[in-house]
Amino acid sequence: MPEIRNYTLNFGPQHPSAHGVLRLVLELDGEVIERADPHVGLLHRGTEKLAETKPYNQSIGYMDRLDYVSMLCNEHGYVLAIEKLLGVQVPPRAQYIRTLYDEITRILNHLMWLAAHALDIGAMSVFIYCFREREDLLDCYEAVSGARMHATYYRPGGVYRDLLEQMPQYQAAGTQWHSAREMAARNATRQGSLLDFIAAFAQRFPGCVDEYETLLTDNRIWKQRTVSIGVVSPERALQLGFTGPMLRGSGIAWDLRKKQPYAAYAEMDFDIPVGVNGDCYDRYLVRIEEMRQSNRIIKQCVDWLRKHPGPVAVDDYKVMPPARTAMKEDMEALIHHFKLFTEGYCTPPGEVYAAVEAPKGEFGCYIVSDGANKPYRLKVRAPGFAHLAALDEMARGHMLADVVAIIGTLDIVFGEIDR
Amino acid sequence: MATDSLTRDTRLAGLEQALARHVSGHGCETLSASGEVTLVVPAAQLLPVCRILHDHADLRFEQLIDVCGLDYAAYGKGEWETESASTFGFCRGVDRDVDLALNDPRRFAVVYHLLSLAHNRRLRLRVYALGDEPMVDSVLPVWAAANWFEREAFDLFGILFRGHPDLRRILTDYGFFGHPFRKDFPVSGQVEMRYDPAQGRVVYEPVTIAPCVLVPKVIRDDSRYLGPDPVRASGKGA
Repeated sequence: MPEIRNYTLNFGPQHPSAHGVLRLVLELDGEVIERADPHVGLLHRGTEKLAETKPYNQSIGYMDRLDYVSMLCNEHGYVLAIEKLLGVQVPPRAQYIRTLYDEITRILNHLMWLAAHALDIGAMSVFIYCFREREDLLDCYEAVSGARMHATYYRPGGVYRDLLEQMPQYQAAGTQWHSAREMAARNATRQGSLLDFIAAFAQRFPGCVDEYETLLTDNRIWKQRTVSIGVVSPERALQLGFTGPMLRGSGIAWDLRKKQPYAAYAEMDFDIPVGVNGDCYDRYLVRIEEMRQSNRIIKQCVDWLRKHPGPVAVDDYKVMPPARTAMKEDMEALIHHFKLFTEGYCTPPGEVYAAVEAPKGEFGCYIVSDGANKPYRLKVRAPGFAHLAALDEMARGHMLADVVAIIGTLDIVFGEIDR
Repeated sequence: MATDSLTRDTRLAGLEQALARHVSGHGCETLSASGEVTLVVPAAQLLPVCRILHDHADLRFEQLIDVCGLDYAAYGKGEWETESASTFGFCRGVDRDVDLALNDPRRFAVVYHLLSLAHNRRLRLRVYALGDEPMVDSVLPVWAAANWFEREAFDLFGILFRGHPDLRRILTDYGFFGHPFRKDFPVSGQVEMRYDPAQGRVVYEPVTIAPCVLVPKVIRDDSRYLGPDPVRASGKGA
């Protein structure tokens, strides 16, 4: 009789379906998972420690780089915490712009998740479809902040600037790679303002989601790979600290946008989709429906923003820099500008926790301040951290190939887990 | 918006009443600031209090949202003289070597963020880890989510969790030495690594760069925010 013993397998950190730098030590009995031990921290950059050494506003850019596929939602959690600490009231137009961009971010994140998840399980073409729409949304990021991913657009007290009146266009003459006709087709939706461009996107996006669903929802192979895989009961989901689609997939209708509304979510009309069985397939359906609901919110924001011009940042030189024109003739403005960019602002001593419903779950920032111009301690509560911690429990007893489906359904990004 | 804040105030009042009724016997202290409630729990009472918070129908904190380690060694210590500077003239040299309160018995704390879905309320717990070797009880028996969060607090702060089954480092490198989020750990770290062609492997050496923070930490007693410090004000509960 040959000796039978468990086989230990290193999965990652260079495996394409490990979603970045996950090193997973799997103990296998044949092809069945006995134990999964994720080793994280390969992307640890000490974001929270770095934030302790910088004035508050200089860390906004770090937030983008935490969960680097839902950039503005992370910023939102951070600036909300600072605003709570300072007691700053944000003007309504800024609230709506943040709501609009949070939902754009949610679609961006879910598209990235769907593309990668489907690719991991073997559905190659979905990837191309999803990235087609991501391109337009990244253009919205670029139009408003100048950066396609790491926007650094939100500020405590509002947003950096108002939405563009004229959507940037491609070079009409064409380049050596793209003809003038191709360029004209690309520019067709870019004739008006940024809001027109977003409205046109919101008009066609439900049709795009239908396309993804045609490829996957009733697909036999897709269902074989996801139905009854990684089942989490509602009780366990609460115990394990699940939030966001992971919690809703298990049938618990909990969404901070409804339950503890921030920004302009109290004025928005949208539904919370929930799953029934708590498996990978239900979480897929939840996220697909969330994209449709986000699209609804985007439409409502666009309508409101068209009708209500106004300031997009609080008129308080102590936290928001004065306009450049004011600096040229106003001594007070010049001094404030200088102090704000050399020293920053001091917050009152105290501690706050502010959370937003990020695409992956509850993203929270806990700030302890001792009255200085820098946070004394910043703790980022990343949803993916709690989700990945549950991988062991979810994967136990499943086959090796199912681990890939479970990693995909967790929607993890190592920027936020390792911080 | 007014009704929204009103409901939030009544929710908070309900939480404070429930806390007074059910956990005040454990030597806890309730602090309330900017719409958030903090419960300072004595380290010895952590597990019984957590059980009550999780199980009791008036509290029902089903979810542990976050566990956060804290090092108060540099709390309230600025690097820039602000108040006496104007009376003595412009002698505002930056003092980079702040005296850290390394032996303060209340140096380390663990902060828990709880969420009750049933009552839609949040609660923060703070436990000071007293003694030379900071140690608190693991809340893993109450919330399974504590597992990795406590590993992180151990890794970054060196706070030990009594009863944790698998207290390994989680975020730092294999074989890492020290606890990087402590205030006496420099931002630039202790060691740097490079590939040594002679030995044919990666070697670790002491860092050759000096920590350089561009903007000093400035504490200003801004008249807009006068009042006692709600974080460290509590005397009891430790």
